[in-house]
Amino acid sequence: MRFWKYSTPQNFYPAAKKIAAVFFVLALCFGIPGLYIGFFVAPTDHQQGEAYRIIFIHVPAAWMSMFIYVVMAFWAAVGLILNTRLSSMLAQALAPTGALMTFLALWTGAFWGRPTWGTWWVWDARLTSELVLLFLYVGFIALRASIEDPRRADKASAILAIVGVVNVPIIYFSVKWWNTLHQGASVSLTKAPSMASDMLLGMLLMALSFWMYSIAVSMLRVRKIIRDRERNSGWLNN
Amino acid sequence: MEWGSLQNFIDMGGYGLYVWGSYLVTLFAIAIEIFSLREK
Repeated sequence: MRFWKYSTPQNFYPAAKKIAAVFFVLALCFGIPGLYIGFFVAPTDHQQGEAYRIIFIHVPAAWMSMFIYVVMAFWAAVGLILNTRLSSMLAQALAPTGALMTFLALWTGAFWGRPTWGTWWVWDARLTSELVLLFLYVGFIALRASIEDPRRADKASAILAIVGVVNVPIIYFSVKWWNTLHQGASVSLTKAPSMASDMLLGMLLMALSFWMYSIAVSMLRVRKIIRDRERNSGWLNN
Repeated sequence: MEWGSLQNFIDMGGYGLYVWGSYLVTLFAIAIEIFSLREK
């Protein structure tokens, strides 16, 4: 199989539809058992009661908000360096989903913070750097929208995306570097997770579901972008 | 996890507003995103 064949919008367009269908199914395959475990298997938390069940969407949304940004910046950089249109289109397609995940991380965080910390919002390093991430996504989308020529918009927004990557490790390590109200990581690559195994399983299944969902909607969006940007090229109409 | 009744499930041990306020907004956001990307 010639992989590079799919690096043109024309060939990627039909493939993206198939990828979207597969990943929507995968999102359900992880999401349904994830929610079942989250609500019907995982026990009540001895400190937070049932309020902790927000974790099953809060942590996946927060992880995806950071991960999508890195992937978006990667494709933006590839588009900038290799001048490949599809790469820039992928970056463009990821931004709204990344912004949505960031919004959900902040929103569910506020709804979790209120009953457990007694406040919806606090200007600590974790929350503030996550808010900056939302502004970076919105800035990326707005910058694109303000430039009429899509190829120039690709280049300008790529610079913004690449510079903004520095914020991602700041978010991730903020709970270590500064004294934050937000708790430290319960799950990391270097030590055993500090939570009950059913809670952890539910959370990981939901994280996989969010990941698969993000891929699926990004594929649908890249199709929309291709339809928009290639509408005058002729191949779409036949 | 045994909830006993639907009322208990909705009540979420007194945290219903916060739990469902998170889940419903997430569901709503996902619905909007998928709807906005539908192909005619």
